Amino acid sequence: MSSDAIAIQTAEATGRPWVETLHEWVTTVDHKRLGILYILYALFFLAVAGLEATIIRIQLMRPHNDFVSPQVFNRMFTMHGTTMIFFVIIPVMFGFANYLVPLMIGARDMAFPRLNAFSFWLTAFGGLLLYFSFVGGNGLSGAGSAPDVGWWAYAPLTSRAFSPGHSSDYWTVALLVSGFGSIGTAINIIATVVSMRCPGMTLGRMPLFAWLNLIMAGMVILAISPLTAAQVMLAVDRYLGGHFFDTQAGGSATLWMHFFWIFGHPEVYVLVVPAFAFLSEIIPVFSRKPIFGYPVMVGATACIGFLSLSVWAHHMFTIGMNSYANGFFAITTFAVGIPTGIKIFNWLGTMWGGRIQFKTPMLFCIGFLFQFLTAGLTGIMLGTAPFNWQLSGSYFVVAHFHYVIVGGIMFALFGAFYYWYPKITGRMFNETLGKLHFWLFLIGFHLTFDLMHIPGLLGMPRRIYTYEPGRGWETLNLLVTIGAFVQGIAILVFVSNLIVSYFKGAKAGNDPWDAWTLEWSVSSPPPAYNFASLPTVASRRPLWDLKHPEDPDSRYE
Amino acid sequence: MSAITTPLPATPKDWKLPYRGDVGMACLIFAESAIFTIFVVAYLFYVGKSLTGPTPRQVLETPIFYTICLLSSSLTIHLAGKLLERGRRGKFLTLWLLTIVLGAVFLYGTGQEWHRLIYQHGLTISTNLFGTTYYSLVGLHAFHVTAGLIMLSIVLVFGLVGRVGPEQCARVDVLSLYWHFVDAVWVVVFTVVYVLGR
Repeated sequence: MSSDAIAIQTAEATGRPWVETLHEWVTTVDHKRLGILYILYALFFLAVAGLEATIIRIQLMRPHNDFVSPQVFNRMFTMHGTTMIFFVIIPVMFGFANYLVPLMIGARDMAFPRLNAFSFWLTAFGGLLLYFSFVGGNGLSGAGSAPDVGWWAYAPLTSRAFSPGHSSDYWTVALLVSGFGSIGTAINIIATVVSMRCPGMTLGRMPLFAWLNLIMAGMVILAISPLTAAQVMLAVDRYLGGHFFDTQAGGSATLWMHFFWIFGHPEVYVLVVPAFAFLSEIIPVFSRKPIFGYPVMVGATACIGFLSLSVWAHHMFTIGMNSYANGFFAITTFAVGIPTGIKIFNWLGTMWGGRIQFKTPMLFCIGFLFQFLTAGLTGIMLGTAPFNWQLSGSYFVVAHFHYVIVGGIMFALFGAFYYWYPKITGRMFNETLGKLHFWLFLIGFHLTFDLMHIPGLLGMPRRIYTYEPGRGWETLNLLVTIGAFVQGIAILVFVSNLIVSYFKGAKAGNDPWDAWTLEWSVSSPPPAYNFASLPTVASRRPLWDLKHPEDPDSRYE
Repeated sequence: MSAITTPLPATPKDWKLPYRGDVGMACLIFAESAIFTIFVVAYLFYVGKSLTGPTPRQVLETPIFYTICLLSSSLTIHLAGKLLERGRRGKFLTLWLLTIVLGAVFLYGTGQEWHRLIYQHGLTISTNLFGTTYYSLVGLHAFHVTAGLIMLSIVLVFGLVGRVGPEQCARVDVLSLYWHFVDAVWVVVFTVVYVLGR
């Protein structure tokens, strides 16, 4: 069968009533539209969580500041953490997976399109529910308040005695609902990758993006489910008078910590594995070389997935576990460094000897490599139990995980935004603005999070709403806040680039980067059915084979 | 905006991938197993830690009959699937109905036991840790049985109006996979609650 991707320009229906367009988007089951909905939804919550972070930073800018009250401060860090993890990074990763996985494996849609829509709307309503707590958190008594128990929601803070009203319940139910959505999407991604690949797309020829998202989805299933169970238990405690985490009746606060971190640590890898997936697509294209060590990359990621399930208690060294448990969790934590190191070397190996093009997506990926490495090193410091006893609960920890999430995951995410923007919108972004975004964000990031380590080492605890002058924290905190504003400006540049380029950008064409995976074989944006006839592939780089019939990859496989 | 027209390689022969329903259900079962694992861990962790009575030893009675009912329903649903494959709709529906009845009898048994515990022994979900963990774990399982019964009944209704034939075999198999899982979980819950937890 000779098949090819036929590019059909979707007819521009002008002058349609906006209600009709809206109805189409709300009822859509198309994986591309759901992907875009996920991404836009996450961008909205990124702005919200960014605003909360700004409020936190203004409050901590100088000692004895009274920009917000302690109560509001508690709500801000709780909502910032919860929003960023559950309503920004998970949805945006799902958005990219939704949009790209079917295109990359040559499928017309996900395995279960309606489940896909259902999962998105569950996640969407979860987010709305969380933010409705600002209005409805106090129930009938009126004032309204958001959850203020921290994103770990440790017992007994969540018990009725310490959290009256409904703010903690909004937190519980929002995470429960969005958790079901995440499990639904994870099931969908796995079923899509396993059952929907186009002819010839064996597992060994799948783009690494699809591989890594498959592993991510597997981890979502194993990590989010325990959280769901723990949330049900918390709801039983709060509404039915249960005693799971009620220490007065023999219950255990430590058990909640275990259940939370059995979710919480794999969750970090749920977020970072898709970031790895972005890098594994972007770096080869801009180095003009195929990925170095493909099977090892898959193996190392699977290895990270397994290891991440056995490291959770390194968040709990200070609760007083015995030395065997401390030793075990320290060693497994160090062990994660091995497959992660392999991956970093493989990306460097891909760049080595390549003709590197320093386009905006590639700049962000290179930033990722440096920053993620540093974040990993402070992670190993914190994984050392005695070191952790000193610095647990300090700003050093805050700096460490923001280095992972902002310096690593967000950088990879920005790279992905720029890399696939032409595919999704059909327009090129503005390269100058992109580079400006990169450099501003890089400077702001380092100003904020490099310096944030130091007050932590000097003993500044996390989650304090203010501090005494004269401890040597003032200048550092001021600089950290200034860095946060620089990052804010960079984000504004990013968003304005997205908006302006959508209307004014040059037409992108099918394949602006001269890339090799199937999504670049269809028009930009792709038609609703993706492929007019299903493609057939014979190597890892089907588009290379098409462009170089004299020397196709399939000859060497 | 030019389409790429170079011919792609020929379709490999017998390109067959697993049925997406089976894969999806297998993933759902993994997720559910993780949820049950957390509840089982909580149950085992709190065995003997209640500060007040009643204790499991005082009040629990082993539901042997109802367990046999539930486990044998796995057999009937399996046979029903086989019969549907061979196109014997009447026998399929009979066994399918039998599966539903066995599941319902099990659910009735759980209800009986709860009624006895609440009204005779005063054990509720808020009495002590045993009550909290017992009702959550057994209740979570009973919830899954209920969900399964609803889905089985939907298939029964479609079957009675003649809409379930051999062409739906793969879908019916997905549902029976779920039902087997519900039964397998009961083996674990039974062992934990009535054997280890005494």
